Amino acid sequence: MAVETQAIKRPINFAAPTVGGFGAFFGTFVGASNGSSILGILAGFVIMAAIAYVLLEVLDTGMEKSARWGLVALMVVAGFLLGGIPGAVVGGLLGWFFGWLIYWVGMGRYRVPLPPYLTGGQVLWHYTFRVMCGAIFFFLVSPLVPVIWLSFNAQDFFTITPEMLRFDPEGYSFKHYRDFFTSSEWQQALRNSLIIAPLATFLSVSFGTLAAIGLSSEHVPFRRAIMAILISPMIVPLIISAAGMYFFYSRMGLQGTLFGVVLAHAALGIPFVIITVTATLVSFDRSLTRAAANMGADPVTTFFRVQMPLILPGVISGGLFAFITSFDEVVVVIFVGSAKQQTLPWQMFTGLREQISPTILAVATILVCISIALLTTLELLRRRSERLRGMSPG
Amino acid sequence: MKLTKTLMATTALTVAAAAAHADGHGMADSMTLVSWGGAYQSSQQKAYVEPYLAMNDGVSSTWDESSAEAVAKLRAMNEAGNVTWDVVDVVAADAIRLCDEGLALEIDPDSDLAAAPDGTSAEDDFGDLLVSDCFIPQIVYSTTFGYRTDLVPEGVDAPSDICSVFDLETYPGKRALEKRPINNMEWALLCDGVAKEDVYDVLETDEGQDQALAKLGTIKDSVVWWSAGADTPQLLADGEVFMGSTYNGRLFSAIVEQNQPIGMMWDAQVFDLDGWIIPAGLSDDRLARAKDFVKFATDTQRLADQSKYISYGPARASSAPMVGQHAELGIDMAPHMPTDPANAANTFLYNYEFWADYRDDIDAKFQAWLAQ
Repeated sequence: MAVETQAIKRPINFAAPTVGGFGAFFGTFVGASNGSSILGILAGFVIMAAIAYVLLEVLDTGMEKSARWGLVALMVVAGFLLGGIPGAVVGGLLGWFFGWLIYWVGMGRYRVPLPPYLTGGQVLWHYTFRVMCGAIFFFLVSPLVPVIWLSFNAQDFFTITPEMLRFDPEGYSFKHYRDFFTSSEWQQALRNSLIIAPLATFLSVSFGTLAAIGLSSEHVPFRRAIMAILISPMIVPLIISAAGMYFFYSRMGLQGTLFGVVLAHAALGIPFVIITVTATLVSFDRSLTRAAANMGADPVTTFFRVQMPLILPGVISGGLFAFITSFDEVVVVIFVGSAKQQTLPWQMFTGLREQISPTILAVATILVCISIALLTTLELLRRRSERLRGMSPG
Repeated sequence: MKLTKTLMATTALTVAAAAAHADGHGMADSMTLVSWGGAYQSSQQKAYVEPYLAMNDGVSSTWDESSAEAVAKLRAMNEAGNVTWDVVDVVAADAIRLCDEGLALEIDPDSDLAAAPDGTSAEDDFGDLLVSDCFIPQIVYSTTFGYRTDLVPEGVDAPSDICSVFDLETYPGKRALEKRPINNMEWALLCDGVAKEDVYDVLETDEGQDQALAKLGTIKDSVVWWSAGADTPQLLADGEVFMGSTYNGRLFSAIVEQNQPIGMMWDAQVFDLDGWIIPAGLSDDRLARAKDFVKFATDTQRLADQSKYISYGPARASSAPMVGQHAELGIDMAPHMPTDPANAANTFLYNYEFWADYRDDIDAKFQAWLAQ
């Protein structure tokens, strides 16, 4: 039976400074956009601590709902005076946040989900940890937001126009998406990427898996040296591999051919497959192959019926890395490919340099959606197979 | 070893077979054109690539947007013995370098290029613009200034003099300048009291170079340095800079096609040329196709057609009277041309000889000054 932790009202000389600390944090940004961040820190601390005092001590705590709405209204007005309509939106959000925070801290609600025996330090760490995770997530994901937003820009510039800020439909359009789907250059690039990446992945997975299996058997001589050579495309700077491949492939007649680009990308993908498959092979029990041989299976049957299913997770994640390597790659394809093999990253690279066109943002948005869909599918498949094998989803 | 040899042998066979197959026709049926991307490339596509492909059934073309690094790439291709480009669009300075290095093919204007409709030979029609034996001019463009019309201080006239770039008091705000000494040094000297005809004499000397850098130093803190032609229109559209230099066609597109609050300041604009070269070392069938295309693409009608899509002046004298209206907007293009008399009151022509001799030295000095 779980132990219930009761929410107990905290002393005001704890609650007010805590809320004030958050006030100082947000005050930094408000202050910075209005001239002085130091003033912002001080004002944020004092104002928020005072509001916390008023809400918790002066007003009856039973009036929580109306007090919180009052704070939102107050902050909307303050935000509007400082920064117009966008300021009012930010003010409203901050008002909602502080209304929640003041009662959450002041009434001791933050203790409720935690066991009652934790010390103050442990409680602090519990929430610091979550805030840190949230901040990391925010910094990773937030750069995508302006990209997606600007891709609906009605202008041909990377500019957030006043119309966009007013959420005026005039400021938005799908024209950059239309441009992507109707331009023959972008469509050709998309086709090339969709041909090159799967072929390169197939080659990387086949060769990489074979190499990993070979290199993990003990009787192969010079295993470490061979491994080092096969892994080298990951370590050697890409531009050096690319220049080397350019001159080598030119002499072989492979430069400027689709097959050449596929081969080059396969060489880049193989190390990922070798590493992931070698890692899964460590936990593979060799006696299983001997048992299979003992029962009359030849090595090929043994591989496909016994070994492959067990190392499949490693093969799949290696293949995924190989696919992304090829799909994202711009340096090698510029050297090894010619204009007929322009891939999406190549097209984006030249587009960004020669004509800062938001079509690139539309493409980026589409690619983000595809990535999310791919990863979601993979995760769902993984959970399904774990459920089928009787393991709990991780 | 054996495997490598077999591989080499089979590849060589395949290549030989492919080459033999292509030799069957007189001209190759596909070509790779190299250009700058953006509005300029699409004007080329509409004005002469599409008509050319319509006239020649079964021929296809591919764009490679690599003109910015054409010299380096052609060197590498030549070294690898594998030239994959058929016709390359470059600025005149690059054409001169490529020609000196033997990477571009020399052409004979009278036999390789079309004569004007009235019978004037191509050599006379292009005139002085044939700055290199390998270079086939297409357009005259200029590097000039655009400014935000809504950021001009109240009670002050809009800037119309090159020296307003250096006048931070009258026209406060950031400037966008190209991250290289060319043009910037000339403008700086011109606004530091050097007469226009003396600019290059002064710039030859160490003192003159220091003088130009000192003048640029007076606005250095307010300069955003650009390296791609698209940067300045973006910075102007953002209101990030008050005024900035870029190619006049880019500003035209921002003002007329994108309706941005930007004005042109044509004073002391610097003319430059852009045109085709044919890389050296093409096979016979590809060379025949490239020559056929270039002859068509640089005739009087085609160059005049290009000015319907972009505000760059045609390089042929015989095309100038045929400049008409914008293909989509229907406005007269002549007043937007850098060569229009009203715009060309005070101009420079890019000094190819001077910069060929001094570029490396002044570049090094400029970069060191930038890093200070």
